[in-house]
Amino acid sequence: MSHAEDRGETRVDALVSDLLDGKHRALARAITKIENRSPGYRELVSRLHAHTGGADVIGITGSPGAGKSTLVDKLAKAYREEGLTVGVIAVDPSSPYTGGAVLGDRIRMASNVGDMDVFFRSMSARGQLGGLSTATSDAVKALDAFGKDKVIVETVGAGQNEVDVVRTADTVTVLVQPGSGDDVQMLKAGILEIGDVFVVNKADMDGVNRTVAELEEMIHLRDNPGATLDSGHHGVDSGLPEGVSGHEGAQESAHDGHERENGHDGAAEAKPEENDDAPDWEPAVVETVATSGDGVGELVETLAAHADYLAESGMRERKARTRYAEEIRQLLRNDANALLKEELDRHGGAEALAEAVAARETDPYAVADEVFEPLRECVEARRGEE
Amino acid sequence: MSADAERGHQQRTVRCLIAKVGLDGHDRGAHVIARAFRDAGFEVVYSGLHRAPEEIVQAAVQEDVDVLGISILSGAHNTLVPKIIDGLKEYDAFEDTLILVGGIVPDEDRPKLKEMGVSEVFGPGTPMKETIEFVRENAPRRD
Repeated sequence: MSHAEDRGETRVDALVSDLLDGKHRALARAITKIENRSPGYRELVSRLHAHTGGADVIGITGSPGAGKSTLVDKLAKAYREEGLTVGVIAVDPSSPYTGGAVLGDRIRMASNVGDMDVFFRSMSARGQLGGLSTATSDAVKALDAFGKDKVIVETVGAGQNEVDVVRTADTVTVLVQPGSGDDVQMLKAGILEIGDVFVVNKADMDGVNRTVAELEEMIHLRDNPGATLDSGHHGVDSGLPEGVSGHEGAQESAHDGHERENGHDGAAEAKPEENDDAPDWEPAVVETVATSGDGVGELVETLAAHADYLAESGMRERKARTRYAEEIRQLLRNDANALLKEELDRHGGAEALAEAVAARETDPYAVADEVFEPLRECVEARRGEE
Repeated sequence: MSADAERGHQQRTVRCLIAKVGLDGHDRGAHVIARAFRDAGFEVVYSGLHRAPEEIVQAAVQEDVDVLGISILSGAHNTLVPKIIDGLKEYDAFEDTLILVGGIVPDEDRPKLKEMGVSEVFGPGTPMKETIEFVRENAPRRD
């Protein structure tokens, strides 16, 4: 074990220094390691962390066919023309049956062909419950540490999982295409609630004005959804990530009070000054035709305005802290889950226990207690020693 | 699989790039392969039509694929494949990428391609199962 670990660490050393030296192969390999959760990936991400924080992370989501990849391509091109380097992570769904995936977004990166300073990486969901956002944000760290100025995370806005992913960005951009449903769609919870910037793409199609009007009405109405939560005027931006940090977390820890408490503290601390000085961010609506590049300039400006807003209001730091807190919780949940899985296997595995439950020999609560008890005892004993 | 399981909770997924390079405009076969690979549980990056060798190299390096499948029907394999292989070498990606060529390749050209570093050539009519098996058995093991 220790021997293997040693070797692992030397490899990580080499990978980290190659990556920081700007070697594309090392960056690609680091992301693979992160994606596969290969031995040594934790050490790798730990080592990269100190070199992060320089990139603007832009999340782009929207329904399939809204034109996300084409827009990302044009955005990347616009940033390259400003002399900035770009990293892109495109998340596509994987098959629930085979785990396989066709990752088809790269095909639309035509404007940046042969330009290695646009590092485009496809990622599949791999059916990871809650793990996708961790893997993605770790991959973002690799691109950030590599020195990319802008990192774009593109995901299909199809499920909660992906909402979590895109929320790991500093700026969340939601793409809507004209005529994508009636005004009730605008009332539904989900990705429309988390957008900092809305893009009505395919603005050369019919129904653009109506879609823009509906979006603007929605933005206006949502003025203060967070007020009933806890975080004052910044409800839109801060209330969500803080109060409801991750559906998984919300479910698991809704009653532990911990998460809530943190949300409250953060909000309470920042509240007075925020309310007085910092202006609110009113989500912007931008019209684009990604295929021709129309409106991309305006989108770049809007994204820059949001980045400025984040910097001036202090929201950038607050958001980062919220993210790190969620990351810590997620990692702890994963570790605890792994430990519990081993413990469960030691008791014969979930299937065998389920059989006993079905036969009315025992019940789920009794099983859970039995499996969990040693862990609780251990932790409590350790705590007593302190 | 068991070897992977021993290495902890590592999840290994075979990643492939299916590449159409050069001028030929027929990608039905590439689509069929992409889908079959997906159904085999692989992650498939599809390049799209009319790609230049350097684009394929860029994609293979950035996506860190285990397998690069190059589909050529136009007969240009003798000029295009070496360019791709040189590019992979330039980025230290040649050694651990399994390179396959699919499409129409005359028998007399095959030895030369293999000498260059192509692992196998799959002509028309190759059963999909055979190709998938080949990938499963020969995809480079990395950690």
